[in-house]
Amino acid sequence: MSDLTSDLALHGGISFNRIGAMILRYWYLLLSSWPRLLELAYWPVLQVITWGFLQSYLAQNANFFARAGGTLIGAVILWDILFRGQLGFSISFLEEMWARNLGNLMMSPLKPIEFLIALMAMSLIRLAIGVIPMVGLALFLFHFNFFGLGLPLIAFFCNLIFTSWAVGIFVSGLVLRHGLGAESIVWTLMFALMPLACVYYPVHVLPLWLQYVSWSLPPTYVFEGMRALLIDHVFRADLMLSALVINAALLVACFAAFLALLRSARRHGSLLGGGE
Amino acid sequence: MNVIDQVSHSVPPADATVPAAIEVAHLTKVYKQTLAVDDISFAIARGSTTGLLGGNGAGKTTTIAMIMGLVLPTAGRVRVLGHEMPREAARVLGRMNFESPYVDMPTRLTVRQNLTIFGRLYAVEHLRDRIAQLADDLDLNDFIDRANGKLSAGQKTRVALAKALINQPELLLLDEPTASLDPDTADWVREHLANYRKAHQATILLASHNMLEVERMCDRVIIMKRGRIVDDDSPDGIMARYNRATLEEVFLDVARGRGRDGAS
Repeated sequence: MSDLTSDLALHGGISFNRIGAMILRYWYLLLSSWPRLLELAYWPVLQVITWGFLQSYLAQNANFFARAGGTLIGAVILWDILFRGQLGFSISFLEEMWARNLGNLMMSPLKPIEFLIALMAMSLIRLAIGVIPMVGLALFLFHFNFFGLGLPLIAFFCNLIFTSWAVGIFVSGLVLRHGLGAESIVWTLMFALMPLACVYYPVHVLPLWLQYVSWSLPPTYVFEGMRALLIDHVFRADLMLSALVINAALLVACFAAFLALLRSARRHGSLLGGGE
Repeated sequence: MNVIDQVSHSVPPADATVPAAIEVAHLTKVYKQTLAVDDISFAIARGSTTGLLGGNGAGKTTTIAMIMGLVLPTAGRVRVLGHEMPREAARVLGRMNFESPYVDMPTRLTVRQNLTIFGRLYAVEHLRDRIAQLADDLDLNDFIDRANGKLSAGQKTRVALAKALINQPELLLLDEPTASLDPDTADWVREHLANYRKAHQATILLASHNMLEVERMCDRVIIMKRGRIVDDDSPDGIMARYNRATLEEVFLDVARGRGRDGAS
């Protein structure tokens, strides 16, 4: 219990000044390089163009897709919220590893929970820079109004961003413990969820045993909810509630894993080097 | 009796009513099969400058990292400014700071941006004035708005020192503070540290390979070899005991396993 208290460093509470300092640090970094800013929007824009044209082609040639207008392009945008949310979190963390700055931060009064909150805020900022042009392009080129999803969009967004933070916290812990040798996990772990989260197809397509695995992932509920909204014009609040409950458990588990990995990194001296 | 009190060294103990700046008791660190630090104990008085000497792999950096809380000991305990580390780190981290070749400042940010961020992390009051003062003291004004990655090694060291002093720490931990500096800049850094210590009654613990630096700056020297403390005294006391004129000669005696009289 005392180990947990010291890792959380709850003494003195959370400082918004320190969280603000870390957000400012990443903001300075973003502004210091226009290619970094451009890259944030580059891949989302390419995604929406590719999948948007595919959706248009299918809609002209298949009755189902004509009826289910927007499911593909909607799925692409929601997937990008999930994926870019995690990347936005993890890349800000990796910046500290690349800069060999983690020792400075760990030796400062910054607490792990404040560090993670700053990374969450940065994931939202980076996501906004990437996804807003994507949403604008979907409206302009393919007449798909993402915001036309209405209030359910808030539930979709919150559930996806919570999952992305949980995954971000976990992989950051892995990199903390194992150094930059574990960096590839940051870029690839979310793709392992893609086939199971049923981004582009309904859950019933999967074999029955795999459906159980799929329903254990919060994004599955979001993508099923989106299809229910676009195809049947029904908002499934029950799905969103289930996703929220699983997300809460996932966030707690990933935060606990992060603290355990941080402790292990201190035990193994990984915070001194941070290299491979 | 406190285990710290049992540690014997010939340097006069600090005022018993004031807890030592650093108290280390039976500190041990094992990495897999490697014994990096082997049951060491010492206490460092407030307001003193202590040098941690030893060859590569002697355990200096691991010892400092355990004092900072970056590495967890396998056994033993560390108290810093009267608080147990790392359990009470949150109470003490704002009152100490460090500089080490194992960490860098973010390279894409300017010197001013870096100091602003660290100043805010350490809750420094009147931060603009403090940065201006450090820029004057450490001669940073010519490059304060340049990216850290575009600075020379000497300029980077001065910036790292500015970061280490931003919160006017009571305790300063320095790992090779003048490594890779030319003699003139190194001398300038040493003088600045000595002035800072005098002005703020600060405690400095430094690990170094530079014997002249340790001789000039330190009231006390702890010599480590293979994770153990092999000697602990004032520089003059150690040189007299080994019958040597410089600490460098003492260092070579220790490194090559010669006895205190210089004989093998």
